Amino acid sequence: MLGRTANGLYWMFRYIERAENIARLVDAGLRVSLTRAGSSDEDWHGVLESAGVRAAYSEVHDKMTAADAIDYLLRDRANLSSVMSCIEAGRNNARMVRTALTRETWEATNEAWIDLKARLSRKLKAADLPELIGVIKHRCGLIRGAFHGSMLRNEIYNFARIGTFIERADNTARILDVKYYVLLPSVSQVGSALDNFQWESILRSVSAHRSYGWVYDGEYQAANIADMLILQVQMPRSLAYCYEKIVSNLRYLSEDYGGERLTAHDTADAIRTMLKRGSVTEIMDQGLHEFLEDFVYRNNQLSAEISDGYRFYQ
Amino acid sequence: MLTAENLPRPPYRDYHEWYAAQDTAHLIRKTQDAENIFRRTGITFAVYGHADSSEKLIPFDIIPRIISAREWRKLAQGIEQRVLALNAFLDDIYHKQEIIKAGRIPRELIERNVAFLPEMIGFKPPGGVYTHIVGTDIVRTGEDQFYVLEDNARTPSGVSYMLENRETMMQMFPELFTLNKVQRVEDYPRILRQSLAAVAPPGCKGKPRVAVLTPGIYNSAYYEHSFLADQMGVELVEGSDLRVLDGKVQMRTTRGYEAIDVLYRRVDDDFLDPLTFRADSALGVPGIMDVYRAGNITIANAPGTGISDDKAIYSYMPEIVEFYTGRKALLENVPTWRCSEPDSLKYVLDNIADLVIKEVHGSGGYGMLVGPTATKKERSEFADKLKAKPGNYIAQPTLALSTVPIFVNKGVAPRHVDLRPYVLVSDKVKIIPGGLTRVALKQGSLVVNSSQGGGTKDTWVLED
Repeated sequence: MLGRTANGLYWMFRYIERAENIARLVDAGLRVSLTRAGSSDEDWHGVLESAGVRAAYSEVHDKMTAADAIDYLLRDRANLSSVMSCIEAGRNNARMVRTALTRETWEATNEAWIDLKARLSRKLKAADLPELIGVIKHRCGLIRGAFHGSMLRNEIYNFARIGTFIERADNTARILDVKYYVLLPSVSQVGSALDNFQWESILRSVSAHRSYGWVYDGEYQAANIADMLILQVQMPRSLAYCYEKIVSNLRYLSEDYGGERLTAHDTADAIRTMLKRGSVTEIMDQGLHEFLEDFVYRNNQLSAEISDGYRFYQ
Repeated sequence: MLTAENLPRPPYRDYHEWYAAQDTAHLIRKTQDAENIFRRTGITFAVYGHADSSEKLIPFDIIPRIISAREWRKLAQGIEQRVLALNAFLDDIYHKQEIIKAGRIPRELIERNVAFLPEMIGFKPPGGVYTHIVGTDIVRTGEDQFYVLEDNARTPSGVSYMLENRETMMQMFPELFTLNKVQRVEDYPRILRQSLAAVAPPGCKGKPRVAVLTPGIYNSAYYEHSFLADQMGVELVEGSDLRVLDGKVQMRTTRGYEAIDVLYRRVDDDFLDPLTFRADSALGVPGIMDVYRAGNITIANAPGTGISDDKAIYSYMPEIVEFYTGRKALLENVPTWRCSEPDSLKYVLDNIADLVIKEVHGSGGYGMLVGPTATKKERSEFADKLKAKPGNYIAQPTLALSTVPIFVNKGVAPRHVDLRPYVLVSDKVKIIPGGLTRVALKQGSLVVNSSQGGGTKDTWVLED
């Protein structure tokens, strides 16, 4: 496969994943503003922070308002991580690697772009947001479904999957990091009403507010929430789950390439072992923020090693 | 579709009967269906200079254009003769130049032509083939009267529309294909791959590796490039994927560099090799011309074939066909005035209101004047351009083009069309029975180019 094609597949799926995660973040933010008495536009600071665009937002907006933040996150093309930008970048990459995709996968991607471009071309009305967010998640789900249902399990599949999980691990780590202080044991020995609500918003932004109950069978607890998002290997957006998938897809590539192992394989294995052996108490004791910061750095490093190892650019 | 007596022409008989039984509202819905299919599949093209409309659909008409087997045979013979003559012509002008020595074509028309590449002089491309893929634009003026409008030997585009139009028709109206025996066009990608493999460089061992070279996703014909690579099952590469290593053109894969034997390039000559042609080109491969001249890669179509698309050369086509085949051209040329000749220039200026004037190097319907529909101001402005650079232009009469029916909301309406059949040349010549029919959608208009608001329709060649 061309190095450029591997690169295109990898980024196509990173962008689709990011689009969906941004939609989830906005969803959680909206939920907060609906359910909490005395909520303010200021709450959107945290959402922009999780999306990694707070500084960029401040450059174009003087004030923080819910409407501006939502607009910036969903449809502003100047924001390279807005849903619109991500869907367009994902689709442009898909166009570039079209010969590597099944017709179903390409059409699902192209239709997502056609539909969302039309929906995001106008100023958004608050009343339309729940439906719009549903459509974004639905469209991304269709792409994923078409991909799963129709693609050969070969190197094309592996590069696409690695892109998905590198992006997802990054997004989950950032969501946690922005809220790390509400999970610290000193602050949250007893779940107050405020904590409960903050915690639920974290879970909601990774679509885990229902499954939390199934796994931990009880009240929200800071340590359990951190455990679920970092170490719980059954949870499809946890760091541990993402690394199971990254490692197995890298292993398939290695087998396909005659046993060739690259630096990326060692890096991914090391991160996976760390997540497999770690415990949430240890992480909390060492410092949750430091742990997450380090994770995001190593995850980026792995991304660069994969690009180099498989000749994405030069 | 109809004869002067208002009866369906023979090839249209079955279709006409079917059409009469259809409900207009149903057909309007089908037209919308077709548009959705094209949009979803991403069968789009880019119009340069329109920032906000970077991807457009070519309007598709649901009424097929139908050609009888007998009409087709006649056309195909004429096209084959012409394509063989073109290849012989290209071989000659880059070698012995006998046609110039015989005084049939002025030397300066060849050697001062921007599309003539001195780099090709004395070089024989693998298999001796210059134009591997040709699109010959044909118009019809009456029963059995066909004219060649132009030859596209450089990089003819539109073949993906021929295939997608057929695919769309078969999806929407399967019953029509049981009523009519339509010859297949679907084999085009397979035959193209075979043709390309057949002209691999002599040193190539084993199965030749073929790739399609595209300028990238922002090129107006990108859809077609990816479609053809996909259908042929070969790599779609960009210049940045390729480099010259160990005397071969190689592509950067996730496993290292791999050599390419045959490159179907959809990048113009100028951009092909920054070391030989335009130094600022980022679309090509530095050094590819050296590899080519060393006989280590086949480039299709060969560099330097563009000269046969030149409209001044076109005007000599009857002589060219006769010179190389020893027979009169089976297909007629449209009478053409070369404005470089003073008498012709005078005639053209005097009759500008009745003529179509084209730039000799132009394509895509840009930079032309359609006299009868132009305003007085447009005509006088064009006349100034003509006087300033007469050698840059040719003129042709507006032919009484035949029309075919298209579907409009009120039913059917006549529109002017042309036809571009596709020809593949390797050790043999293959003409795909069908082609791209382009329609001038505006009533009375003669301009069919998609960049100028033209549409397309499926083209059926019936079996005997």
